[in-house]
Amino acid sequence: MKRYPILPILMAGSIFLLAVGPFLPRWGMFLINVSLCYGIVVLGMMLLMRTGVVSFGHGLYYCLGAYAAGTLDQVYKISDMAVMMVAAVLVTGLASAALGLLLRKYRDIFFAMLSLAFSMILYGLLVKTSSLGSSDGFNIAASKIAGITVAGTSVDRYVRYALTVVFAFLTGVFMHKYLNSHMGRLAEAIRDNELRVEYMGASVRNVIHVNYVISAVLAGIGGALAAIAVGHIDPEMAYWTTSGEFVFVGILSGTGSVLAPFLGAFIFETIRSFAYEYSPNTWQMALGITMLVVIMFLPGGLWSLFARKRGAA
Amino acid sequence: MAIVLEARGLNKNFGAVTAANDINVAVEQDAVVGLIGSNGAGKTTFINMVTGYLKPSAGTITFGDRDITALSPRQITRLGICRSFQIPQLFNTMSVYDNLLVGIGIVVSGGKNWAEASRHIGTPGEAVDGLLERFRLTDYRDKLAGELPEGIRKLLDIAMAMAVKPKILLLDEPTSGVSADEKFTLMDMVIEAVRAQKVTVLFVEHDMDIVTRYTQRVLAFYEGRIIADGLPAAVLSDTEVRKYVTGEAPHVTVGGHHAAH
Repeated sequence: MKRYPILPILMAGSIFLLAVGPFLPRWGMFLINVSLCYGIVVLGMMLLMRTGVVSFGHGLYYCLGAYAAGTLDQVYKISDMAVMMVAAVLVTGLASAALGLLLRKYRDIFFAMLSLAFSMILYGLLVKTSSLGSSDGFNIAASKIAGITVAGTSVDRYVRYALTVVFAFLTGVFMHKYLNSHMGRLAEAIRDNELRVEYMGASVRNVIHVNYVISAVLAGIGGALAAIAVGHIDPEMAYWTTSGEFVFVGILSGTGSVLAPFLGAFIFETIRSFAYEYSPNTWQMALGITMLVVIMFLPGGLWSLFARKRGAA
Repeated sequence: MAIVLEARGLNKNFGAVTAANDINVAVEQDAVVGLIGSNGAGKTTFINMVTGYLKPSAGTITFGDRDITALSPRQITRLGICRSFQIPQLFNTMSVYDNLLVGIGIVVSGGKNWAEASRHIGTPGEAVDGLLERFRLTDYRDKLAGELPEGIRKLLDIAMAMAVKPKILLLDEPTSGVSADEKFTLMDMVIEAVRAQKVTVLFVEHDMDIVTRYTQRVLAFYEGRIIADGLPAAVLSDTEVRKYVTGEAPHVTVGGHHAAH
């Protein structure tokens, strides 16, 4: 896995997506945009999985990021995408730093269920908040970027798409560097043997806390970008099924490389879009079968397809 | 010689079981001390208390002039007391190289406790290569820890403890699970490594040949007490030790010949 030139691939992929963007049909651009948003969230899930914990509540930060961006427009009439992104990062960073104080003490199913509980609290609160549209949510208009108005112009869609591509690139590079740093190795060491990590003088809880915050901020970025791309947000983003999808895509992708979450998210979104179109009543079954096949034949996720090929060569 | 580790009046009870009963020990710097005793005699409990895994029911443990009785394993490790495990505790899905690199990484990013050590460590890669060489693990460099033979796992476990620059090293049965003809090779390597780094060593051992060969002092445990403490030859010829630890009944006179050797 290390032999793949990850950074050049990320760079080339991003340039390719930016270049083909203007020629893509609307649905294609949207599909890629939403996939990348999901990919950014799953990048964070991957980090947690590599640390040995699974959050069933990252919808919390996905939703929080989206609402941090959306309420700026709804309540404060600030519709600049740059400000929205900063708000999403700050809000999810602070919220996860606070909740992490409690979560860092738990592992396994307790960590998963506690994180799920937090996300359902946010869901409950938003559903009851009529000023933010209750369960219907509200539309958001991200009309400017860094002061330049793009709404209504011909590049409106492309700017949102490009914003996501740039964030996917930056978060991908960051995560690749992080996973290959001391902190990245420490995360894997914790997954393997917490006791030994403590006996070598590092704090397991601190590492879990830091990684939790990083993954939450990534979920927040993904949520805010999705809000900007879709133009509408609702409390469903914090619902447990949304969190479940992140875990789903995380397992589907595998944890071998930072490219895996983007690949997994794209395949997930593609299957979902087409399954929804061709068999609206059984589209979940298509996803279920996909998962079954992956778990049976590729227990290490889709990425093991590439890792294995390399090993055999 | 200065006293680096001192236990005073240590007691530990698990319900009605007394795992440590009024243990008083002072260990001098650079000593190599053997801990002997039958299973359940309290050797591992002693190690667990010194490294902070178990809190003594009563008594104090001091490291240098610092009371470490209430500290956690992590804090105690950072002060310079490290341990290896009877059953190797490794990062099984990571390579041997990465297992050691985790330790070196902790030292390098470890703040004030390791400031002195990290200054002399060179690059992390060099430090790991040095350890691999010292413990003759170079051939296993890229193997996953989970796929190693038991003897090599033992060795890596000890190398990982050495990676975080201990001042005192506690080894829990370093030669258990190692084949008879490899035991001395392993111990030679370990002792050579600790000599080079000026580390005080306490190790639990059942093989009396190893004990007499490598230690200058032996502590014999029985039912949570230390029943003998002194030079290996003296301790091993002690009547109580022969009765309760080495299993030589006092009436078997060949025991006397052993002591004379």
